[in-house]
This record gives sequence, structure tokens and C-alpha cells, in this order.
Amino acid sequence: MSILVIAEHDNASIKAGTLNTLAAAQAIGGDIDLLVVGSGCGAAAEAGAKIAGVSKVRVADAAHYADGGAENVAALVVANAGGYTHILAAASTFGKNVMPRVAAQLDVAQISEIVTVVSADTFRRPIYAGNAIATVQSADPVKVITVRTTGFDPVAETGGSGSVEALDAGADTGLTKLVNRELTKSERPELGAAGIIVSGGRGLGNGENYHSLLEPLADKLNAALGASRAAVDAGYVPNDYQVGQTGKIVAPQLYVAIGISGAIQHLAGMKDSKVIVAINKDEEAPIFQVADYGLVADLFDAVPALTAALG
Amino acid sequence: MKILVPVKRVVDYNVKVRVKADNSGVDIANVKMSMNPFDEIAVEEAVRLKEAGVATEVIAVSCGVAQCQETLRTAMAIGADRGILVQTDEELQPLAVAKLLKTLVEKEGPQLVILGKQAIDDDANQTGQMLAALLNLPQATFASKVAIADGKATVTREIDGGLETLSMSLPAIVTTDLRLNEPRYATLPNIMKAKKKPLETVTPADLGVDVAPRLKTLKVEEPPKRSAGVKVADVAELVAKLKNEAKVI
Ligand SMILES: Cc1cc2nc3c(=O)[nH]c(=O)nc-3n(C[C@H](O)[C@H](O)[C@H](O)COP(=O)(O)OP(=O)(O)OC[C@H]3O[C@@H](n4cnc5c(N)ncnc54)[C@H](O)[C@@H]3O)c2cc1C
Repeated sequence: MSILVIAEHDNASIKAGTLNTLAAAQAIGGDIDLLVVGSGCGAAAEAGAKIAGVSKVRVADAAHYADGGAENVAALVVANAGGYTHILAAASTFGKNVMPRVAAQLDVAQISEIVTVVSADTFRRPIYAGNAIATVQSADPVKVITVRTTGFDPVAETGGSGSVEALDAGADTGLTKLVNRELTKSERPELGAAGIIVSGGRGLGNGENYHSLLEPLADKLNAALGASRAAVDAGYVPNDYQVGQTGKIVAPQLYVAIGISGAIQHLAGMKDSKVIVAINKDEEAPIFQVADYGLVADLFDAVPALTAALG
Repeated sequence: MKILVPVKRVVDYNVKVRVKADNSGVDIANVKMSMNPFDEIAVEEAVRLKEAGVATEVIAVSCGVAQCQETLRTAMAIGADRGILVQTDEELQPLAVAKLLKTLVEKEGPQLVILGKQAIDDDANQTGQMLAALLNLPQATFASKVAIADGKATVTREIDGGLETLSMSLPAIVTTDLRLNEPRYATLPNIMKAKKKPLETVTPADLGVDVAPRLKTLKVEEPPKRSAGVKVADVAELVAKLKNEAKVI
């Protein structure tokens, strides 16, 4: 078996989700190549070659790959897909954008968000917001797969000694142009990789409360901040804070849900967390059904008290 | 210009599905079915573009069983002008749906296809991107804002780190995210009017598309259950448990 993993990177370093994706590739077994597509991405390629288990890094470096647009990246992947039995990427917004395009061009199915490798052609994946787990088998010659990163422990970032090979860039498809990118700036750990997440919902009432109550707590815990859809829709926080079926899927050591009711769609994104704490004034709130520790309390009292108690 | 909007009939988002005892799938007999919420957002966006004078016609398409007619009627009650049902009892996977839609795009010549980013049943998040690939068209997935002017689409997308805005020429494929709009409720008069709008039925064979599934579902299981936790009396007990029992802080 021969596996191509599409790296996610910022040209300088490889993003954490790629390490989990490589772990899924190792579970399939076989030779693993890492594809780094970018502009001025030599440092990312070097970093990729050091990751444990990577045989070869294949790098395509050209100006028209700078934005990571699906059209150009997919075309490059398809042009270099020959010989691979599996093509994998993390189920991030990047992977979700690119991989179905790759699959369709290869005339094969995509297997979305796998959480377990059963065998080289059989995988488990959640459906219906994680209320069921399907085991699916693919008869396609190439398996195009996105990996739910919470399903696989990351491989080591160092210890490998892969080779680096330059690829010819494809022609610029010119289909889309990036006008602007506004990335949320934060000193906090990334939501997908954080050990602790403090997450807030509609119960906070407004953005000001969200920030004034949850930030000091997150500071104490060195936590990332997350939110329910209701909190994002109401504008308390940016869209990329959303945890859930249709937002980010997280599984930290500790998830603290504050003023979140626990709708199925929210639970889908966090119920695999190791320890769940819920603070909610409604003792009937469904979040308590998944919480290891539930505190029935007014969050406006409980959260400052918790922050203070953490010294 | 025409806009094509594919809509999927799915188990309503309020229903908590149950896995069948024989592990062959989830039990959808007698559960409420609705239009996939992301597709409702797609229909709403298309109808708004028509109301703004940008689009001239909104065509809703659904692929699946005969009851998808109801989903098409819902789309027409929101404001789609007509419906096309690609009727089949076979299981349809995203690649097959994308191929069916490709033939309809070639026939109808829309300048824009707006789809939901994912269906809340299989959570696949593939069809729009696959359609764009098959047609070799630009794609803007996870859209939170769409503007059409001078033969170009400018689309703001929700990405992991924040937002990005892409510009592309038409025709183009857009998939919707939650923040694109808030779909209207269909009014009774519009529901009545929708019953009289044209609805054409074709089959995958008519369109010359092989829809045979590529993935075989071997079994469907319940996810592992979390054992119920405890209620703590106060913040002090919570902190003690987190430190001494869970050892996570
Ligand atoms: C297609 C679709 C996709 C969706 N995707 C997602 C998703 O990815 N993520 C997601 O989160 N949701 C998603 N949702 C929305 C989901 O169904 C819920 O509407 C949402 O999660 C509710 O957010 P919430 O818990 O913050 O708000 P609410 O349900 O309104 O809950 C607020 C909670 O705060 C508590 N509260 C209020 N005041 C206080 C106080 N002073 N002290 C303590 N507690 C208080 C209340 O008791 C209540 O339990 C989706 C919905 C649809 C239809």
C-alpha cells in the first residue's frame, strides 16, 4: 500500500491536524508520502520530512498555491495521484474543501471524517451528528479520505528522516481569486489542539459577558475558547469558535460548557472530550446527560467564583 | 440568470435517530422528514437574489424517492419557480448526486448552483465540491455572504481560522454555511401557490447516469455511551473533583 497525505501548513510549519492524519495513514499501513503544496513552503517541507513515519515529502512550490485554493490544489493532487492506494487529509475546512474535488476528478467516492481504520478498505465514520457510527467499505481503486483528527492520536513531530522531492507545479487554473482573509487573532491555544476548552453559549446573554466572564477563566486554565452556534449567531464571538456537528469537532482533556443547553448538534462536536463540566442554571438541560461534573448554578455567580478558586 | 438549488430530504434536525436492532442502518420509518437545513439556506439565498433582480429563475432539484416531491414543494413555497425530481429508490451517494446534477446543469445552464455545505444525515460535505470538479467550475464552500455583480461572484467563506473572501467568474458553485441567511417561513398562501408550480420528474436512466453506490455500509452501530456523571454542590467541590479525581487541572 502507498499512501499520500496532504499536509496542512502555513508555509513555515505543519499544522497539528496533519499529525493525526498521518496516524490514520499508519493505521492503514504502507509507505507514506506527505504532499506540501504552497508558496515559499520550503520550511514546511523540511519540517514535514522530520515527522515520524514520513518516507518522502513531495513539494509543489508556486505563487498560485499561496492561497490553498481548492481548484489548484486538487488539480495538483490528481496529477500526482498515480500509484497511491489512499489519499488522506484532515477533515478541516481545508481538507473538506479540497478532497471531494480530488475524489470526483478521480471518479471515486470520498470517505468523510473517518474515526477508525478497520482495514485498508474499511473505515468507521459518524453519521447523524454522531448518533450512529457507520462501518463502510470502499471498492474504489483509490480511497480518498478525510480524517476526523480527534479519532487518532498524533504521530511524533520529529524523529523521522524522510527525503524531499520537488514536484512540477501545475498550471494556474485561474478559477478563483483570494480577495481578503481575516484570521481571528488569538494568543490562546488553537481550538482543535487545546487540552482545555472553555465554551460559552446563549446563557451568557451577550458578547461583553462572554468575554468578561470566560476570558479570565480561560487565562487561568490556559484554555482555548469555544462557543455554541447560538453564541456565534448572536455575534458574541467569531464563526471559527463554533463547536458542533457543523462547526469544529473537539476532544480535549477538559471541556467546560457554560450556559450551553446541550443540543444534539453541539454534543456532536464535544462529547468525546475526556472530562466534561457543565455549568447551567436549568437542572434539566441535556448537557448534564453527558457531563462528568454538573453544577446547577447561575453562571454569573459560578464563573467568577470558579476563576477565583483557581487562584 | 438562472439559479439551480439542489435540496435533500432528510430526517428532521430535531429527531434523535435510533440505530436499528439488526445494525443495518438507522430507523427512519415514521420519523419526521424535512428539507436539509443547509439547503433551506440555499433556497432562501437564491430567492433573495431573484427578489433583488439578480436572478430570473430559481430551479429546485431533488434526487431520491417519490416523497422528495414534498421537499421540492417546500422549496417552491419559499420561492423557487419550479422543481425537478430525479426519482429513484436506490441509495444515492454524493458522487452519484453530483453526476446527476451535472447533467441538469448542462441542460439548464444556470449561472449559479447553491447547495447546502453538508446534509445532516450522512454528514458527508461533498456534493458541491464534486459538482464543481465534474464541471471544472470555481467553488466557494461554507459561504456566509454572497454578492453577484458584473458576471462575478464575491463570496465570503467560513474557514477554520476565521473568514476569507473569494472572487470568481460565473458560472460558479456555492455551498452554504449557517450564517449566510435566516430562511423565511413559508406562508400559507405561498404553500398553496407552490402546489401549482411545475414539477418535472426524470430518472437517473433518463439522464444517462450510473448511480450505483461506491461505498457499502457493512453495519451501523450506536456510539459508545458516556456514563452519567455527578452533580456537584458548589464551585469548591467542582475544583476539588477536577484536581483530585479527574486530575485534569
Ligand atoms: C443545521 C444545524 C446545524 C447546527 N450546528 C450546530 C453546531 O455545530 N454547534 C452548535 O452548538 N449548535 C448547532 N446548531 C444549533 C443547536 O441546535 C442549538 O440551537 C444550539 O446549540 C443552542 O445553543 P446554546 O446551547 O448556546 O443556546 P440555548 O439552547 O438557548 O441554551 C442556553 C442555555 O443557557 C442556560 N442559561 C441561561 N442563562 C443562564 C445563567 N444565567 N446561568 C446558567 N445557565 C444559563 C439555559 O438554561 C440554557 O440551557 C445547529 C442547528 C442546526 C439546525
